[in-house]
Amino acid sequence: MFKLDSNLKRTLILGNYEKPFHKGLLKDKTYISGNKNNSSCIDNFDIELKIEDGIIKDIRFDGEACAIATSSMSISIGKLIGKTKEEALNIIENYEKMINEEKYDETLLEELMAYEDIYKQPARKKCATLGILGIKDLINKSK
Amino acid sequence: MNRNDFPMLMQDIVYFDNGATTLKPNSVIEGICDYYSNYSSNAHRGDYKLSLKASKEYESVREKVKEFINAKDKDEIVFTSGATESLNMIINGYFKYNLNKEDEVLITKSEHASNILPWYELENEMGIKVKYIPLTENHTVTLDNVKNSITDKTKVISIAHVTNVIGDLRPIKEIIKYAHKKGILVVIDGAQSVGHTKIDVQNLDIDFLAFSAHKMLGPTGVGVLYGKYDLLDKLKPFKYGGGMNISFISPKEIEYKELPYKLEAGTQNIAGVIGFGKAIDYINNIGIDNIEEYCLELRKYIINGLKKLKNINVYNENVEGSTIAFNIDNVFAQDTAIYLDKYNICVRSGSHCAKKLEDELGIKNTCRISIYFYNTKEDADRLIEALDNDKILEESLGV
Repeated sequence: MFKLDSNLKRTLILGNYEKPFHKGLLKDKTYISGNKNNSSCIDNFDIELKIEDGIIKDIRFDGEACAIATSSMSISIGKLIGKTKEEALNIIENYEKMINEEKYDETLLEELMAYEDIYKQPARKKCATLGILGIKDLINKSK
Repeated sequence: MNRNDFPMLMQDIVYFDNGATTLKPNSVIEGICDYYSNYSSNAHRGDYKLSLKASKEYESVREKVKEFINAKDKDEIVFTSGATESLNMIINGYFKYNLNKEDEVLITKSEHASNILPWYELENEMGIKVKYIPLTENHTVTLDNVKNSITDKTKVISIAHVTNVIGDLRPIKEIIKYAHKKGILVVIDGAQSVGHTKIDVQNLDIDFLAFSAHKMLGPTGVGVLYGKYDLLDKLKPFKYGGGMNISFISPKEIEYKELPYKLEAGTQNIAGVIGFGKAIDYINNIGIDNIEEYCLELRKYIINGLKKLKNINVYNENVEGSTIAFNIDNVFAQDTAIYLDKYNICVRSGSHCAKKLEDELGIKNTCRISIYFYNTKEDADRLIEALDNDKILEESLGV
């Protein structure tokens, strides 16, 4: 079983917050794009997604958000690129289950397990899911 | 003032979000319960003792508000659901019918959404123009900047007395005096000032004033719309129904009541208004000048403490209001607020409903400390101690 200790979780989160993966938009016409924001707080992401032959080729984002939202977006991007749409949606579903304290498949999530304790801070649940749900919206839009 | 008067303060919290809403003393809570428990009935309707008592209590608060802001006449006091509703009534009930296409309204970029969006809507609807009074480098308004912004088309200036993020106190007396010379009306958003500083609507010569009970110890869902009688009398009601009419026979044969009742359709928030009366009593017992002086002193104390920290940026050091807007270096405002919540310190993060302020500050989001008279130096020390930490971001994560 894939387990992260608190130190490693913090390092992952801070690293991905300070140097987020794939931050900055390409404005390329072969991408589909959308915005995802939290109306109850200040997190706000613009997201771009490129899918070819049912496979996620690239994801980019930009925007302002807290450490949890930004880092989880960054880790999600790394996790989902290269997956088929179905695989990606399955990972997202399991991630949502983890955040919502339901039974989920740990083996699918790996680094995303850094957020397994977020349920203890209900105000942060939306931060931890903002980016990945934005990606989910775009995947569904691409169908 | 006794902190024991506030049940919320019996919890282990440091409450620094008074700009959003204030805590309620027992007298306010009991006043509301007393109405519901002992004389619950509709006001202005019944022929029986209980209803007469409800009417009397409700109307006595109108008198208290009149005294509190020194209005000329109690009929100039209209109860609303809050400052937002008051501003919307002023803009959509008066100015919509008294402005013409191309007329200009002057506001600032540090206004609350409630004093921007209704004007934007009016611009979209009828072609008035919303213009901004430039702010100084300290984000304040000066009379000179107002003078320089006025054109032949300026018909109304609509500004906060004290703004909700920066907390600057505008020189409204001078602004109003100058505006009136030019035939310009002035709307004052008093949400952050009434309850913090003395407002005398006659002395200041305010045309319209909006404020909320809940930002001055009262319950949520109650506010005040003040207007000079002749102006208020021309304000078109946006709600029609019971309690505001005398007779209605046909669309051409309708008679409405006089002020203030014609602007209070439907059963009002009787319990809330009664609670608001108790809030005014509480403030009067302490004295508004004492409140202002105490908050200013505590603000200075906090600023001095914060300035000793290496990792902080305060955006509004020298203002008269009760707010402190800041950010911790390299920490997103929301993360700072979540970190402070671990110590049961309540502050607000975000744009604080002043989204146009971003253009001025160059930053979107801040943390805001907002003070009221029940805050203490111990509260301040707990806050400063918590912020004196170079691992705020790390510790905000909760993992």
